[in-house]
Amino acid sequence: MKEFLFLYRTDYDQMQQQATPEQMQASLQRWMDWLGSIAAQNRLIDKGRRLENSGRVVKKDLVTNGPYAEIKESIGGYSFVKAESYDDAVEIAKGCPIHSAGGSVEVREMNLM
Amino acid sequence: MSEQQLIPHLFRTEFSKITSVLCKFFGIEHIEIAEDIASDTFLSAVETWSYKGLPQNPTAWLYTVAKNKARNYLHHNNIFIQKIAPEIKHTSTDVEENEIDLSEKNITDSQLQMLFALCHPVIPVEAQIGLSLRILCGFGIDEIANAFLTNKETINKRLFRAKEKLRTEKVEIEFPTSTEINRRLETVLTTLYLLFNEGYFSESSDNVLREDLCLEAMRLNYLLIENEQTNLPEVNALFALMCFHASRFAARKNENGEIVLYEDQDENLWNKELIERGAYYLNQSSHGNKISKYHLEAGIAYWHTIKADTKEKWENILKLYNHLLQIQYSPIAALNRTFALSKVHGQQTAIKEAEKLQLINNHYYYSLLGELYKEIDNNKAKENFQTAYTLAKTQTDKQTIKKKMDEL
Repeated sequence: MKEFLFLYRTDYDQMQQQATPEQMQASLQRWMDWLGSIAAQNRLIDKGRRLENSGRVVKKDLVTNGPYAEIKESIGGYSFVKAESYDDAVEIAKGCPIHSAGGSVEVREMNLM
Repeated sequence: MSEQQLIPHLFRTEFSKITSVLCKFFGIEHIEIAEDIASDTFLSAVETWSYKGLPQNPTAWLYTVAKNKARNYLHHNNIFIQKIAPEIKHTSTDVEENEIDLSEKNITDSQLQMLFALCHPVIPVEAQIGLSLRILCGFGIDEIANAFLTNKETINKRLFRAKEKLRTEKVEIEFPTSTEINRRLETVLTTLYLLFNEGYFSESSDNVLREDLCLEAMRLNYLLIENEQTNLPEVNALFALMCFHASRFAARKNENGEIVLYEDQDENLWNKELIERGAYYLNQSSHGNKISKYHLEAGIAYWHTIKADTKEKWENILKLYNHLLQIQYSPIAALNRTFALSKVHGQQTAIKEAEKLQLINNHYYYSLLGELYKEIDNNKAKENFQTAYTLAKTQTDKQTIKKKMDEL
């Protein structure tokens, strides 16, 4: 088994403005079901965390309010997952509820050395 | 209570008290001496009471005799005094100074401290359970062997090795410091949890014994609740879990001793009082912000005390299983989660999820698939039950699966 980082990206600002509390609740439920499904396969290393909308980008001489002012999509959270291969990891990531919100999952194999 | 009933009853309740207090007095390295004196006390009781009749206060009689025997042991055993006494905690050749204290408070303290000593991480968990059953619950070696479905020799060896280990590691009989209590408590709770499960799920045919195991686990768990320092949320959660499970004792076996599945149980046989107690302790466990696996399992067990299939019930059970699996994976939780999923999102969705689990050596896995394919594809359902039947090891499991196949 290899270990992968899932990075969830979407336009969180827009998503939260548009959602009703019921929709938020339903979305949370879909996330929990999806993570539960990965855990039931004994493949969830750590469900990770959601990230706050706010952020700072620190460069050598410049600190900006971030995460990335120039693009709308930002990293909203991350998880750690076990999978046999990239194909396998991608298959898991396809079920992520973020797709219905127009977002994406970046799948990255971790170097365990 | 007649004398014939009284002695076994007293043995259950008093043996562990006497052993704990004596062991605390002598130190854990002399755990066998404590056991011997306690056993000897009961032997005297059987002999004396059978021709003199019952004393007015049998418990007090036992304590007095145990004290005398311990005192005699110290007095008359020169070897002990010369060679071992210098090492033991209450060293004095004048034993009268160190009166053995069988007061209620010292009994409770000693039992609690013994619980922590016996559930010490240096000995394997099976041995922790065995020793707890012997020392803290007064179980006989043959009863322990029966509960573990093994023979007396294996248990004797296991307990012997564990006692050696406690001796060589110099495990102290004391209450852990407040900084250590959480870490040590985790092992204690695991032991109590397994002890309860041993009784609840054991294949042993001795029903009385199985219930006794569960009740003892509950009694020891209650000791922790009564102590201010160990009365922590997860301790209450585990107790709630045990209450909910125990409430179904009478309903889960029929008169032939066969398992009655949850959905076929007569809920009138569920013990309402235990369910209420469970709810009370589950409530008590909700202080603080740590959610342990016992909280989640107790939550799941709570929803199972409501027989009717409501949407709310299964949604909550699914949520709790999702959370539980994220804390600690186990095949049985994965299977149960998938069953809950079928109740919330339908059988088709659950079949897809179930097939991802690939627990191909587990007969419960195929039973679940059989259940999920029911009415959707009865041939596939039958095939899966057939595989489950082949994989099942015990007669009880085979019977249950057979019934399911016949119902198709």
